[in-house]
Amino acid sequence: MSDLYAVRDLSLTLPDLTRKPLFGPAPHTEILKGLSFTIRKGAILGIVGGSGSGKSTLGRALVRLLEPTGGSVSFEGRDITHLTEGEIRPLRRRFQMIFQDPMSSLNPRHRVGQLIAAPLRLHGVADPRKAALDALDHVGLPRELAGRYPHELSGGQRQRVGIARAIALKPAFILADEIVSGLDVSSQAQVLVLLERLVADLGLTLAFISHDMSVVRRLCSRVLVLHRGEIVEDAPTAELFANPRAAYTRELLDAIPLPDPDQSWA
Amino acid sequence: MSYLTITDLSVRLAGSPARLLRDVSLTVKSGEVHGLVGESGAGKSMIGKAVLGILPRAVEIASGRIELDGADLLQLPAKEHRRRIGRFCALIPQDPLTALNPSRRIAPQIMNRLTDILGWEASRARKRAAELLDEVHIPDPERVLKSYPHELSGGMRQRILIASAFAAEPKFIVADEPTTALDVTVQKQILKLIREMQARHDTAMLFVTHDLGVVSKVCQSLSVLYAGKVVEATDIATFFRAPAHAYSRALLAATPKYTDPDASLIPVPPTVIEAVRAEVEAADEGWRG
Repeated sequence: MSDLYAVRDLSLTLPDLTRKPLFGPAPHTEILKGLSFTIRKGAILGIVGGSGSGKSTLGRALVRLLEPTGGSVSFEGRDITHLTEGEIRPLRRRFQMIFQDPMSSLNPRHRVGQLIAAPLRLHGVADPRKAALDALDHVGLPRELAGRYPHELSGGQRQRVGIARAIALKPAFILADEIVSGLDVSSQAQVLVLLERLVADLGLTLAFISHDMSVVRRLCSRVLVLHRGEIVEDAPTAELFANPRAAYTRELLDAIPLPDPDQSWA
Repeated sequence: MSYLTITDLSVRLAGSPARLLRDVSLTVKSGEVHGLVGESGAGKSMIGKAVLGILPRAVEIASGRIELDGADLLQLPAKEHRRRIGRFCALIPQDPLTALNPSRRIAPQIMNRLTDILGWEASRARKRAAELLDEVHIPDPERVLKSYPHELSGGMRQRILIASAFAAEPKFIVADEPTTALDVTVQKQILKLIREMQARHDTAMLFVTHDLGVVSKVCQSLSVLYAGKVVEATDIATFFRAPAHAYSRALLAATPKYTDPDASLIPVPPTVIEAVRAEVEAADEGWRG
């Protein structure tokens, strides 16, 4: 199988506005420090790390919401590292993103149908209305919901709308950034089972950002562990859990509260 | 000896017959942590709010008793009710950023509990605030006391709220999903801290969460809620060894476990949901508010 993404020496610095002096520019902070990895077509890659480890920044660089300051990112064999907004626009429908908080990523004044159809219109898809309804079918939501507003839905349903909007464009790649951390366990399970099925049915490639190793264990085929902007471990899931090599990976695993009162938790 | 006893508590939207809490009964002993678990909307937080008297305006208590240290809170005059809650109860909220006033430094936000509730002088309260920050393992308390909330990390802010919750030596604390906004490594530190502080101060606690993993680490007993009804209430050892209710078993199967991925993240089966709904409806049959 071929690689969908090839990332080489990716680095990214952003101005640190918390340390900005009153006059003059803010000092720069290095957030990603030379990351290299590939994502195979059809893979589900887990990206894990604590807060501030750079996992969301990495995701945003992959879908070019941020421009890397060094290294290269190539998507389907094409270097997209420094493409201008105009050059990248036709590519945008090939990679989509699902956000953590569906309440703030869905416009509260638009109905579900409009929310899903808007990006389709933007990309000139024929009959966006029908495509939007098809997307609702795919995520297991009744078509009647097209006429509802986001606030009328439950958290799990809202996150399904977020997923429907991402898959409606028939992308090759989806970036899911902490999409189940705001949900309770039962909706979490439903959304993950759905995601697993969509990846298989639609031949998607998925990068799944999370701080929850238990979720990653169940869903992903390979895992990148990020710590302070560096990859500390990159291994197939089964291997990583059987034999975690990096100290930070073990720390993440040890921190998970298992539903078992006998687990020692020193 | 139970510190908090809730008996047949029902809560509804004012003017509506539908109940949000359905005959909830539970007890929390002094020094005990009782977990409230369930899906979003099951009424977990609502119970804590009812005890603290901070239900939204549109929600009213339809029937039931809430006894705190032997006194029925709902029968007390409003002023006495507020005094008791302020003196003996505290809340550890979910989101530490919105719970702190962004335009004030940390020091006065902890001190006001000591000056307002215990009537301490400012200098004494200030000294105690520094001790409290030390107690929740914050390095350099003096610097932190002078900081504003935005200058601190999420974990640090949650530590401050824990310090402030324990400041006036409450007998009872409601912890409302205190670690949901934190990442796992910080969550572990905060849970251990809550456990440590709770044991040291021998506080009774209601711990609201949807994470059964968290429950198994901090609670001694729990109530599982569905649609405002307690479907199972038991001690932790019994619950995790042999959950009695089908819905409890389904919640456990939905909980992620990295050690056992095949028994993880299994959605609650529709048959279980139908059965527990039928149970809730049956309970409504006999109720007249």
